[in-house]
Amino acid sequence: MKDAHVYSHYRQALIGSIVDLAADHKDIVFLDADVSSCITSDTFQKAYPERFFNCGIAEANMAGMAAGMASAGLTPFIHSFACFSSRRDYDQLFISVGYTGQVVHVIGSDPGIVAQYNGGTHMPFEDIALFRQIPSFNIIEPSDAQSLYALIPQLYEAHKPSYIRTPRKGISFRYTPEDRIELGKAITLREGGDVAIIATGVLMVDTALAAAEQLAAKGIDATVVDLHTIRPLDTQTVEAVAKRTGHVIVCENGRYAGGTGEMIARHLAMTNPVRMDFMCVGDRYGEVGNLDYLKKSFGFTPEELVDKALRLLKK
Amino acid sequence: MLESSVLAVLRKEALDARIKTIGCISSFGSGHIGGSMSIIETLVYLYYYEMKIRPEDPQWEERDRLVLSKGHCGPALYAILAKKGYFPEELLTTLNQGGTSLPSHVDMLKTPGIDFTAGSLGQGISAALGIAVAQKVRGFDSYTYAIVGDGESQEGQVWEAAECAGAWGVDNFIAFTDLNRQQLDGYTEDIIPMHHLKERYETFGFDAYEIDGHDFNAIADAVASAKRTKGKPHMIILNTVKSFGYIPGEGIKNNHSMSIDAAGRDKAVADLIAREGESV
Repeated sequence: MKDAHVYSHYRQALIGSIVDLAADHKDIVFLDADVSSCITSDTFQKAYPERFFNCGIAEANMAGMAAGMASAGLTPFIHSFACFSSRRDYDQLFISVGYTGQVVHVIGSDPGIVAQYNGGTHMPFEDIALFRQIPSFNIIEPSDAQSLYALIPQLYEAHKPSYIRTPRKGISFRYTPEDRIELGKAITLREGGDVAIIATGVLMVDTALAAAEQLAAKGIDATVVDLHTIRPLDTQTVEAVAKRTGHVIVCENGRYAGGTGEMIARHLAMTNPVRMDFMCVGDRYGEVGNLDYLKKSFGFTPEELVDKALRLLKK
Repeated sequence: MLESSVLAVLRKEALDARIKTIGCISSFGSGHIGGSMSIIETLVYLYYYEMKIRPEDPQWEERDRLVLSKGHCGPALYAILAKKGYFPEELLTTLNQGGTSLPSHVDMLKTPGIDFTAGSLGQGISAALGIAVAQKVRGFDSYTYAIVGDGESQEGQVWEAAECAGAWGVDNFIAFTDLNRQQLDGYTEDIIPMHHLKERYETFGFDAYEIDGHDFNAIADAVASAKRTKGKPHMIILNTVKSFGYIPGEGIKNNHSMSIDAAGRDKAVADLIAREGESV
């Protein structure tokens, strides 16, 4: 596996992985909706100009064309900001892609509060729930650049449509090229017997690990799970950590309704009911601000998570 | 101009397709008869004369393809696909039955010969455009056709696809608009009129035509001219009569979906043959 340290932003690791994959797979095409420079898909355009299409600010047509292309033997990756990649073209993704059985990979960049200065209009919290309603989609939200790079070819090999939820800017690493990163297999980053924190994406996994440190200082041992694949859900790991700790907190940069937390709660309700809590967005819209402000505004801080854990353990 | 022998075959097949479409819908008891009947000539012309297809190998990668974006008019296409041998004609009586391979809205996963699923209006034209582009990427010399409704053209996605096709000059993309001037709730004129469609498409960069959609020679001439015109996508506006050939539905407002029982079918077929049978 290539070392993703060669990249300086998540978006470069993402596009780099697709560019590398497309070298051996001539069926891969890339469609963007006038936000190409934001995700650096112009790198793909430079490498394969005949396989790159800037569709303009017309996401519905982009998704529909991608479905048609897939039916004619191509494998499209399509990109826009997460708000437009989910809400704006939802019926096209549901009918023209999902219902018809086409394999299209949908990139939604800067989900949830990561949209920061683009504010409430650009801040989708419901994208996870929306893609969960389409029966065929895999959904990933990697927590570092290495796992982002590693999961792209696996989505391709899975021959199912997928939703890729990722921040654009910045970069962090928690995995090495030697680490085994497998689609559908959650990674336990820290083992503890008191409470299990299951988190998706960079922001929430970072928050979970920081909270686990603070909990450890209080004598509480937390398990932290990086749920980089939201669907298919790694039920084995979810059940195992629930059994081991009896207390589960699910953290997602998304809305509670239909999201990752509800999915896990449903599964555990049927298999191994435990006390649970959730770090997620309730019934509110997004707002503008920098990440630190938004983390506080939405309660996405390690301190908030520590409080949730303490309350959960007291119940 | 088509040779008279070709024209005779096409007219005969159009009559047969109309009879089968009426029969298909009556087997279920109701269906989208109006928009099915208005596109019969176009479908017959394409499948019997123009398209590069292999009914024995429906998934042949280099084939010409057709996306019926006004997907509710499946029965008209099924009548023709059955006659071409894509599936047994007996299936035409299973329309919309549980487990059928013939849902009223076309479904590529259920029916051999259906090149793309449609039903959520406005989406088929984008899929067809994507297919046309894909065939170019893959180096196949093939055409992709789309049939869009005039009511359907109220969907914004139709115009997203049009601006994209025009901007990219996708010249292996030949679209039709079935300008029958009616939609579910009544006349387009009373809802959202579809005026100046030819000019609209020309403004979007299309090579556009407006013809009598029930005239095989006009369809043939427009398609031939479209294929000669390089560097632009093509739009052929079909002036049609909704429900044309299902006489009880002609000239009335509510002919989008109609109930047809066995007796109604028999009378409609007899009247149609009496009106048009002598000319074929």
